[in-house]
Amino acid sequence: MAGSPMSPVTGRTHLAAAGARAVTLRSLESTDRGDRITSAVFLSLLLLGIGIALLSLAAILVWSLIEGAPRLDLNLLTNGPSTVRPAEAGFRTALLGSIMVVGGVIFLVVPIGVGAAVYLEEYASRERWWNRLIELNIQNLAGVPSIVFGILGLAFIVRGPLSLGFVAAAGSLTLTLLVLPTVIIAAREAIRAVPPSIREGAFALGATRWQTVRREVLPAALPGVLTGVILAIARATGEAAPLLLVGAVTFTTVNPGLFEGAYSTLPVQIFNYSSRPQADFRVLAVAGVIVMLGLVLAMNSVAVWLRNRFEQSW
Amino acid sequence: MLEVEREQRSVDGQSQSRDVAIRVTHDAQVQTEAPAERELVFELDTVSCYYGSFRAVKDVSLDIQRNAITAIIGPSGTGKSTLLRSFNRMNDLVPGAHVTGQIRYHGLDLYAPKVDPVEVRRRIGMVFQKPNPFPKSIYDNVAFGPRVGGVKGNTDDLVEQSLRRAALWDEVKDKLRTSGLALSGGQQQRLCIARAIAVSPDVILMDEPCSALDPVATLRIEELMIELKQNYTIVIVTHNMQQAARVSDETVFLTMDEDRAGYLVERGLTPQIFTNPQNRLTEDYVSGRFG
Ligand SMILES: Nc1ncnc2c1ncn2[C@@H]1O[C@H](COP(=O)(O)OP(=O)(O)O)[C@@H](O)[C@H]1O
Ligand SMILES: [Mg+2]
Repeated sequence: MAGSPMSPVTGRTHLAAAGARAVTLRSLESTDRGDRITSAVFLSLLLLGIGIALLSLAAILVWSLIEGAPRLDLNLLTNGPSTVRPAEAGFRTALLGSIMVVGGVIFLVVPIGVGAAVYLEEYASRERWWNRLIELNIQNLAGVPSIVFGILGLAFIVRGPLSLGFVAAAGSLTLTLLVLPTVIIAAREAIRAVPPSIREGAFALGATRWQTVRREVLPAALPGVLTGVILAIARATGEAAPLLLVGAVTFTTVNPGLFEGAYSTLPVQIFNYSSRPQADFRVLAVAGVIVMLGLVLAMNSVAVWLRNRFEQSW
Repeated sequence: MLEVEREQRSVDGQSQSRDVAIRVTHDAQVQTEAPAERELVFELDTVSCYYGSFRAVKDVSLDIQRNAITAIIGPSGTGKSTLLRSFNRMNDLVPGAHVTGQIRYHGLDLYAPKVDPVEVRRRIGMVFQKPNPFPKSIYDNVAFGPRVGGVKGNTDDLVEQSLRRAALWDEVKDKLRTSGLALSGGQQQRLCIARAIAVSPDVILMDEPCSALDPVATLRIEELMIELKQNYTIVIVTHNMQQAARVSDETVFLTMDEDRAGYLVERGLTPQIFTNPQNRLTEDYVSGRFG
């Protein structure tokens, strides 16, 4: 569950976009035999890819539901962790920790990410070297391994200038930095997809640039922005490695506070349980996976619901 | 070769000034018949428009009369849209675009440093080639301009009045809350006109407003323009010459020189441009021999 060295989000996004483009182009191109064979091969490769992705997802879901079934009870949510009584131990503190950390990420990443995207798309002149530098940096940050963000968080957020200590807020800030590039890139894409004629229409009516952005561009870009947020939520909920560096503990029975006290999160807690030898703990770890999937699903369905509400066709 | 062409152009220039003289005397006659004052809304003085170093419009001088329809005609790429967009400073939004010469709006230099382009666009509205309603309700489309202009409170009357003036009210009065994008092309364009009217502009610029519409919808927009000129000054770009002949009071003909810069060949009262053009290029164009 820890972040892989290559940013999975951008990799996945690029692959999906490239595939979609290729299929569209293929379907428009000539129909000679060689072409048809290549396109058939390409299509089957794509389907194979999708098949593998869907199958492994289904496998994880089914397996964890079966394995974790014995522990799917209310104690799982309401009890704190325990190193001695796995049959009654739960994920209360880790669940609260995750909600706090990811909630903080959403709270921070939406305004900062959207603000950066609006600046780059609507205000920044590409002629200026510093704007091009910012762009390049954001592209590169999306590919930086998550553990590097952990070290950064330890040096600058836990210690250093912010000196927050090992608290949930430090975890939140660290993960915000981690998912920020993804949100910025998705939001820029969404803003760019709003037709220029909409901006012209607003300007021609005497709207200022800010009024145009606020009243026309952002509402129209919202669905795309939310797509970025959904990816960010999933990523932030699943990350363990950088959090271990900024103080997420593997065991705490006290509910976390944002700025005080120890905190844990679901992936960290799951990691802890799964490395214990007793079978009961492993069942508990699997049940924790279900809790985590449920949390991601709950948060993302809100985002998807919002996205569908604001979806727009031109 | 180049020398000769340049000379020819300066001859064109003279014929332009002769045209002006003709028009002025004509106006003087009109004035003796009816005391209605012919007021100038725009005066252009050797206006050139650039995109970076490329000059798209070269040394255009002309006047736009109040409460009249002025048509700008000419082949594609002669800078008609560019010229029109310099009237409400829309081209300020294109990086690298700039204007030289002077455009006076009611005597005021439109490009003076203290002039706020946002203010300019509130007075000089624009309707685009492709209808571009906002992806929101019909009501909100019309109310957008007044709202960003600072109008608070109830906009119901303003919206109704604007839609009536744009001859759209009867068709949409029962579905003001549905999306503007659900209307037909012609209705969308009239919605865009209503939206422009709602900010009470003085001038409405229209860039080929009917080129995406069918003949019936086109006719409705043309009727509407003739109605609107009672209250507004209209400048319309069109490359439909019948349209220019049908609706406009004055016609401006642009074409381009060997540098692809558009320049003014001839302008005058519409009947004159179409029946008795002074310049051979104009004659060729309006008779459909090129363009
Ligand atoms: N945004 C722009 N950037 C650079 N060149 C432009 C731009 N818009 C128009 N042009 C150029 O300016 C010239 C005039 O274009 P335009 O005003 O659209 O002509 P018309 O409306 O008469 O067809 C053309 O050569 C066109 O390529
Ligand atoms: Mg044009």
